[in-house]
Amino acid sequence: MKSERIAAIVGVAESDLGLVPGKNVLQLQAQAAKAALDDAGFTKDDVDALFTAGNWAWAPNLMLGEYLGIKPKFTDGTNIGGSSFESHVGHALAGIRAGLFDVALITYGSTQRSNPARGAAVPFAPLTEQYERSFGLPMTVGAYALAAMRHMHQYGTTSEQLAEIAVATRKWAMKNEKAMMREPIEIEDVLKSRMIAEPLHLLDCCLVTDGGGAVVVASARAAARAKKRPVWILGHGETHTHNSIANMPDLTMTGARESGRCAFEMAGVTHDEIDVAEIYDSFTITVLLTLEALGFCKPGEGGAFVSGQRTAPGGAFPMNTNGGGLSYTHPGMYGIFLLIEAARQLRGESGERQVPDAKLALVNGTGGVLSSTSTVILGRD
Amino acid sequence: MAGQIPKPVVDSDSKPYWDGLNNHELMIQHCDDCSKHIFYPRLLCPHCFSDQISWTQASGQGKIYSYTVVHRAFGPFADQAPYVVAIVELAEGVRMMTRITGNREDIAIGKPVTVTFEKVDDDLTLPYFKLV
Ligand SMILES: [Zn+2]
Repeated sequence: MKSERIAAIVGVAESDLGLVPGKNVLQLQAQAAKAALDDAGFTKDDVDALFTAGNWAWAPNLMLGEYLGIKPKFTDGTNIGGSSFESHVGHALAGIRAGLFDVALITYGSTQRSNPARGAAVPFAPLTEQYERSFGLPMTVGAYALAAMRHMHQYGTTSEQLAEIAVATRKWAMKNEKAMMREPIEIEDVLKSRMIAEPLHLLDCCLVTDGGGAVVVASARAAARAKKRPVWILGHGETHTHNSIANMPDLTMTGARESGRCAFEMAGVTHDEIDVAEIYDSFTITVLLTLEALGFCKPGEGGAFVSGQRTAPGGAFPMNTNGGGLSYTHPGMYGIFLLIEAARQLRGESGERQVPDAKLALVNGTGGVLSSTSTVILGRD
Repeated sequence: MAGQIPKPVVDSDSKPYWDGLNNHELMIQHCDDCSKHIFYPRLLCPHCFSDQISWTQASGQGKIYSYTVVHRAFGPFADQAPYVVAIVELAEGVRMMTRITGNREDIAIGKPVTVTFEKVDDDLTLPYFKLV
């Protein structure tokens, strides 16, 4: 490893997860923020940078900062979908490297399970949405289905191979008491579950839950007085390649090729050195495409890569060790939970699902309809 | 049908496109500088940033780049399922989202398709495609 120790994750926490009808998005974020600062051994007054992403307010940073009583000297509301929080970590690293602040609080909260907006009639399609919305592609599953269909056509990938991912992820969820879905499933169960948008079945799709999370990032100086040992941010890369799925340059290749390359270069590590991977799993196909784009296998080899339960507990490639968006929780923009789990794995706090002696973790967020990717490589001393 | 499908908010980028569809013409843009075709319509060329853009009638021929059969649909589309949403690559090289009509069993990636004009109401005609 050649990278410098500039900034580290020093605190992580979830809010209540699952079905949380009694709490609003501010309460979920406040709950997670307080727990993450406690985890770090910091207080609210240590925070001098605030990051959040959401569409629950005109300017979420303003409402959140006021609600929490935080007046940051650096603020960032970058919203590129579910990968926003991996970008927040990268931006926090950049800000700390520039000497702009010492402690960043990153939060997310959603009540999409208790307050579903899906299917609500939105009668007008403005700007570039006008060329697509009238065709009735269900969002976002329809877009991922288009990518899966193309990958199958181009490379012969099968529904069984996609199901391998759902089954392996469920095995991890069975080891996580916070996971929503903990009953074992077999490949047959995925294939027999209801078809949503061909070729994706219900069990190829993430959960719809409430929940929130928070991550505290500190400069090396501030991290030295944190309660827990630092989880260093070694590398980061991000990109977005399109907004709507019809404008994705190649339906089988995501921007993780670029964001991953940047992150690996910055970290100065190789694929073989990664001990645990937390890969955004909005759908099974998201994972398969990301593994190829990141270079863990060649384009078209993702199906073989995940076969034989290689990503399950005890497999050669431990992945989505909290049970993922498929089986643990998925409150809309899931990326913050990838970071939380990676930090816990590197601290050795993951209990029954701990990957032995994990030193290096790769986190890859995907947002929109395979539109944005943001990759973070984390490591412990 | 449970409610109205989302209606395009026509603007000065898109008016020639929607007017064309009402006249059963598939209009796309062409860059006079780099000679590439452009879809969706915009003020400048996303390839070379030229603002020398002209409109041209597309051949209406293309092939299926990808598709999905939607089984679980929401809102105004709920009653239409199952139906086929696709990305079609036009002969001119641009891609667009659309519906494919006809027998679902015959639909496959790579197959040639031709444009049809699906009238929704007096103000809106959508470009659908059918197998050649
Ligand atoms: Zn041009």
